[in-house]
Amino acid sequence: MSATDRIAALPLRRPAAGLAAWQRGALLLAGLAAALVPLWLLESFHLFQLTMAVIMALAVLGLNIVTGYNGQISLGHGAFFAVGAYATAILMSHLDWSFWATLPVSAAVCGLVGYGVGFPALRLGGLYLALTTFSLAVAVPQILKHRAIEDWTGGVQGLFLVKPDPPGFLPLNADQWMYCVALIVAALCFLLAWNLIRGRIGRALMATRDHPIAAEAMGMDIAALKTQAFAVSAMITGLAGSLSAVAVEYVAPDSFSFALSINLFVGMVVGGVASILGSLFGGLFVLFVPNIAEAISKAAPGVIYGVLLIAFLYLLPDGFAGLLRRLAARLRRGAG
Amino acid sequence: MPALLEAKGLTAGYGAAPVLHGLDFEVEEGGVTALLGANGAGKTTTLRAVCGMLRTAGEIRLGGQSIAGRATEEIARLGLAHVPDGRGTFMELTVEENFRLGAYIRRDREVQADFERMWAWFPRLKQRWRQQAGTLSGGEQQMLAIARALLLRPRLLLLDEPSFGLAPLIVQEIFAIMRRIREESGVGILLVEQNANLALELADRAYLLETGRIVVAGPAVELREDEAIRHSYLGY
Repeated sequence: MSATDRIAALPLRRPAAGLAAWQRGALLLAGLAAALVPLWLLESFHLFQLTMAVIMALAVLGLNIVTGYNGQISLGHGAFFAVGAYATAILMSHLDWSFWATLPVSAAVCGLVGYGVGFPALRLGGLYLALTTFSLAVAVPQILKHRAIEDWTGGVQGLFLVKPDPPGFLPLNADQWMYCVALIVAALCFLLAWNLIRGRIGRALMATRDHPIAAEAMGMDIAALKTQAFAVSAMITGLAGSLSAVAVEYVAPDSFSFALSINLFVGMVVGGVASILGSLFGGLFVLFVPNIAEAISKAAPGVIYGVLLIAFLYLLPDGFAGLLRRLAARLRRGAG
Repeated sequence: MPALLEAKGLTAGYGAAPVLHGLDFEVEEGGVTALLGANGAGKTTTLRAVCGMLRTAGEIRLGGQSIAGRATEEIARLGLAHVPDGRGTFMELTVEENFRLGAYIRRDREVQADFERMWAWFPRLKQRWRQQAGTLSGGEQQMLAIARALLLRPRLLLLDEPSFGLAPLIVQEIFAIMRRIREESGVGILLVEQNANLALELADRAYLLETGRIVVAGPAVELREDEAIRHSYLGY
């Protein structure tokens, strides 16, 4: 019996790791089915909303990498979302690029901007970093309106673009295809993030968050880890921005106000700080709960939203992810 | 042959206030050096100064190579592992993940073999392998901190009060393990400890610090015999 076999025989902490291969496969298939069913169940508008929820989930995932896993508070991720959206919009509407071709460029641009923001972040911890990133979120919409770059950004008017055409062999309309595109990009990013987080780099990110002194003593280059976390985080949130540009078929500076940054933050906390799966729930929350609030009271949706938010925080103090963890623990206890 | 660690005229402090005033000390290759002293004497500060966490003046050499003024993470890569005070346990991660973090900088294929070596020294950690480190007892967390530091494959291990806050029996257990590690691994140890009895049993050299100055230095055996030290620190 090898050492790893002996370890495998020990009790496990992680619910996913405790499942047999067929169970994991079944879960994956169920998830895939749940993701695809709306294609036929929902009509255009609701499918569009769900597409936006997937996009928001992706943006929250990006924020979770730097804030959840690395502990650097960002209240300015809307800025990266905006940069990604504009990168795609400019390439598509001015240079006639296809949507797919804009993605690597958008990712690279956002990654670079994020890396750049990561440097002042090294000097500013906690609340000061929160304010600095917040000022970024406030500044970006105004920069986008600026006259010097108006020819490219379209100024206050913004830019129009069109959704990618569905491939001929699929019996899907543009809205259905857009949902699939968002799903594909988001799924790839979630997979990459999951791989990153459960491996060596993810452990190092958490180590620098929880105990920087010990992390350094183990040979971790904290400055490099933190700036890279910002870069990866900005890249993912920027890709969400790219998706939103084509899903909405329009970008304008005022779509990316600081409220977007706050929304992403809310999504991260409600979904679960430092949780990959939680980001998905966070995206659904920030997109649908305001609608629910408006359905309950047209006069004061903000009040209802606030009450719902507080209720969620009370009932699920560790977010949706915490609820899932508790349920899984209960199931295991029941089974054992 | 130069000593494994050599400090000459080491001065350091926090902000403008110096805490250490020109310390001279060394750790032999594979040897154990104890730093003794009361609270506030500068023991923890000395360890922090050695591993580059503070601005220092004076010489610090690791295996003959100057490490003064280098970044902590760079010093770690040169083979110096530090178990900080408070142990630096990653509470939310499992014991396994803490182990893997200890081997963070290593690219060789012997990490798994070293895990097994750690299990032999610290069988309790193997039993707790998949548990969150935060659920471990204080003694187990101290063991985890030592194991994690050893996984760096250091030439020198800095230990800050391994007995702190632990029950006497657990402290005995940890020191017994450390004696074994010393014999079997050849790692040099710079040990800061308030429990002078235990420290002097393990160490071959010892220094007594008082308000940032070394007041007594010599072989551990001699310090154990020293009348003044016995009265003030050993209590018999």
